[in-house]
Amino acid sequence: MAKKIGEQTIVFDEKISISQTASVVGPMEGQGLLGNDFDLVVSDDCLGESTFEKGECMMLKTSIDTLMRKGKFTQSDIDIIIGGDLLNQLITTTFTALNYDMMYWGIYSACASFAQALQIGSTAIESGAVNRVIACTSSHFSTAERQYRTPLELGSQSKSTAQRTVTGAGCVSLEKGGSGPYITHMTIGKIVDFDQKDAANMGTAMAPAAAHTILRHFRDTGTSFDDYDMVYTGDLAKIGLDILTDILTMEGYNPCGRLNDCGHMIYDTTKQHAETGGSGAGCSSSVFAGHIYRKLKNKELEKILFVPTGALLSTVSSYQKNSIPSIAHAVVISNKKGKQNA
Amino acid sequence: MDDKTRLREEFDKAVPKATPKPPYVKHGIAAFTIGGGICVFSQILIDIFQGYGLNYTEASTIQTIILIFLTALLTGLGIFDKIGRVAGAGTFVPITGFANSIVSCAMEFKSEGFIFGLGANMFKVAGPVLVYGITSSWIVGIIYYIYLMVS
Repeated sequence: MAKKIGEQTIVFDEKISISQTASVVGPMEGQGLLGNDFDLVVSDDCLGESTFEKGECMMLKTSIDTLMRKGKFTQSDIDIIIGGDLLNQLITTTFTALNYDMMYWGIYSACASFAQALQIGSTAIESGAVNRVIACTSSHFSTAERQYRTPLELGSQSKSTAQRTVTGAGCVSLEKGGSGPYITHMTIGKIVDFDQKDAANMGTAMAPAAAHTILRHFRDTGTSFDDYDMVYTGDLAKIGLDILTDILTMEGYNPCGRLNDCGHMIYDTTKQHAETGGSGAGCSSSVFAGHIYRKLKNKELEKILFVPTGALLSTVSSYQKNSIPSIAHAVVISNKKGKQNA
Repeated sequence: MDDKTRLREEFDKAVPKATPKPPYVKHGIAAFTIGGGICVFSQILIDIFQGYGLNYTEASTIQTIILIFLTALLTGLGIFDKIGRVAGAGTFVPITGFANSIVSCAMEFKSEGFIFGLGANMFKVAGPVLVYGITSSWIVGIIYYIYLMVS
């Protein structure tokens, strides 16, 4: 049985492995720093569909189909599909799930949705009732821009603190047993809100949530940066990552180059027009499925702490001048599944 | 002291160090040059039309129409947003900004149909400008009227 240790961390007893991954990204992400790591880089960010929303669904569907093909799964091999996106009422995930005869959980934690999907999927497998689930998330620059910000063709200047929503979809299959890498622990985040109101500076709003979850995880498990090859956050981008590094150092944990952020890694911000970096529900999932998973598989990384972060705002809440509540959920992914002594 | 209070203090220390200063000077120069360029171009148009014998009001109306047309065309071709990204207020303040805000909204929301999409959202960005522009011109008009009556 899974066991709770410390205040927010749960240790899994079962072997829960990430057996396969797939990622599909847009053209700009393909030209970014991780361009070669993704399964598919599309040249048309509408994917031949009539609207960007349908294009995003097609992108998520393509990633799930790629996953099924790579893992040689049929629909009956998958018990539940768990996923989320950024659009109101989760239209992307829901309309994509319509294509599959599988049980479906739509979830929302903004850009931390992928971590939530991994945590819920792992919990379901740990319960013994299901054998294999798919966890997936997606986001799309053009659909997010319209919902959260301004029309695409509006000639406005973005703030120097802004981030670009990643056009990308990533999915993974979690299953009982298997050859790893394994999800061994999870730390469920608490909402942190330090009165940040600028929707064009979400890295700053999310950094304390990431710090809170990482510190909680370190204390709950008695670990530090020394115990992980890398700690990856979701989409803090440059500013958020700097703030997080600073806070962790003040708390006495020196990252020593073992801390990076998916939103900071995905674009080449010196050449690409992406302001401080990437964001979006598809940012952490596509970078994990494309880049990080590969490194775990070729043993470049043995054990990581993966901490996607989410800014839980809506246009209504920000127009009503509310601050941005943020969350970060963490999972430990390791090539070894030893006896848990914690 | 609990975790979040301490975290808050550390956060408040870390934020100013990490936040970049907006490039005001660079933005200012870009807005001044491009916005000024648009004004010079418009003045040249007015002078040309006046050269053909139109009076100032007629010439200025045609110049406005040309500017709106060019903006709409460049917006539709996907070029205007790239200019606006550099120019900022330089393209947003003149009539170009107004035209661009309407055309870009119309393009964006066309996918939801002509009534609830395009029709309902076309003035999403320009609407507030109209409402407060017209309201304030009304107020100024009344003040001016009273001023004329008194003097």
